[in-house]
Amino acid sequence: MTRAAGGDRPTRRGFVNWFLGTAAGAFLIAVVYPIARYLVPPRVGESAAASVILDIAPADLPPNAGRIVKFGNRPVILVRTPAGELRAFSAVCTHLNCTVQYRPDLGHIWCACHNGHFDLNGKNIAGPPPRPLDPLVVNVAGNHVVLSKGA
Amino acid sequence: MDSPQEQRGGVRRWLDDRIGLAEIETLVRKKEVPVHRHTLWYYFGGMTLFLFLVQVGTGILLLLYYRPSAEEAYESVRFLMAEVEFGWLVRSIHSWAANVMILTLFVHLFSVLLLKAYRPPREITWVSGVVLLALVLGFGFTGYLLPWNELAYFGTKVGSEIMGAIPLAGTFLRRLLRGGDEVTGATLTRFYGIHVAILPALTTLLLSLHLFLVQRHGMSVPPSVERRGGGTRTMPFVPNFLLRDLVGWLSVLAILAALAAYLPAELGQKADPFAPAPAGIKPEWYFMFMFQTLKYLPGTILGIEGEILGVVGFGVGGLLLLLIPFLDRRTARGEPSALFTGIGLLLLLYMLVLTYLGYTVSSTQ
Repeated sequence: MTRAAGGDRPTRRGFVNWFLGTAAGAFLIAVVYPIARYLVPPRVGESAAASVILDIAPADLPPNAGRIVKFGNRPVILVRTPAGELRAFSAVCTHLNCTVQYRPDLGHIWCACHNGHFDLNGKNIAGPPPRPLDPLVVNVAGNHVVLSKGA
Repeated sequence: MDSPQEQRGGVRRWLDDRIGLAEIETLVRKKEVPVHRHTLWYYFGGMTLFLFLVQVGTGILLLLYYRPSAEEAYESVRFLMAEVEFGWLVRSIHSWAANVMILTLFVHLFSVLLLKAYRPPREITWVSGVVLLALVLGFGFTGYLLPWNELAYFGTKVGSEIMGAIPLAGTFLRRLLRGGDEVTGATLTRFYGIHVAILPALTTLLLSLHLFLVQRHGMSVPPSVERRGGGTRTMPFVPNFLLRDLVGWLSVLAILAALAAYLPAELGQKADPFAPAPAGIKPEWYFMFMFQTLKYLPGTILGIEGEILGVVGFGVGGLLLLLIPFLDRRTARGEPSALFTGIGLLLLLYMLVLTYLGYTVSSTQ
């Protein structure tokens, strides 16, 4: 850039062009960089709680039923199997993030968005979901259901 | 300079001296539209432009009542629909005109594609048009979330999750789009900014370029018409073509008013992040063919997640569409190009069939 076309000697014009180009580039970076950083949302602290005591008594959920509960800021599906066992999984479908639901008529977990099916172990058994639902540990303490992150 | 109007008044001459009315008048008079058996398709670009202006007008009106936060958005739209005089009309026309605009845009796209209007020297007109299509789809996607209802919430979750399937940059882009890791009030505020400021600014720029180029090159006479020696007959743009345009615009406005009155935009249930996704959730019809394609892809194809393959496929498809003027060398040389006519027809057929399946194949089993 600092050489004139055809010559080896640096020229005044070449220097000024180089100087202007560099200054314009620096200016552009000084404008674009803060905007780019501004557009990326900052990390906000997520609930780090490893377990949540639900305001649900085990008896509130009959066999062959499920309901969505809050685990921090994420939805979790609490299911009572037809055999009477309590289980809990992340309610976020592994396919595209929809919230799953329990289908008593099928006896397993189903996602309405793209017809994804999960069995009562959270395993993806039909439809597009690529992975099983993440399981949570269910305990009963007194008259409350307690959910904890899987080990 | 010595046209009869020139002698009429001082105001006209005053303006002419300052902004050059005579030059504008010459330009307007010079503009001609070819008349042949495909002339009908020329109307769809102007129709799309008219509907865009309807969107700008009604959108500005909606801004006066809308509140862009998760706590207030749904309530403000409900207030607009129930309490504000003609609020239902303004919102329903905005919603319907969006759909009709995308329909006329697709008609415009396919007519330009099949009649090969993208050939030199109109490559940049085509490229700017495809980018405008992307912007319009962006308008549709971001506007859909703004009422903050159940369908919009899950539609946006799915739509933005698909973006996460883009290899390498996916997770970052999804965060950027959502304004966080999940779809929340932050997403709503961000979509609002994109919908009412960023996209309108970009669209204004691109649309100006597009219209300037249309003005510069004039209407393209399809090669098929040229080869038969047709396309030499023309009509003046003003008033002949413009008046016909006007008939179309007034008709579509009447249709919009009727649709708004008989089928007003719905609001549904407020979004609840802790409720299951409702059954039968569907995207807007213009995303249906992509949605349905993703539905048919198995979880994994050759060890790659089906989703990723689908998203990459659509990305490559969009890029090819953008580059068609540079890929179709036969048309550029003025030769018939059956291959690209076939590609255009196949694309149209694919979109129609998948959209049809999306609305007929039940998802609830």
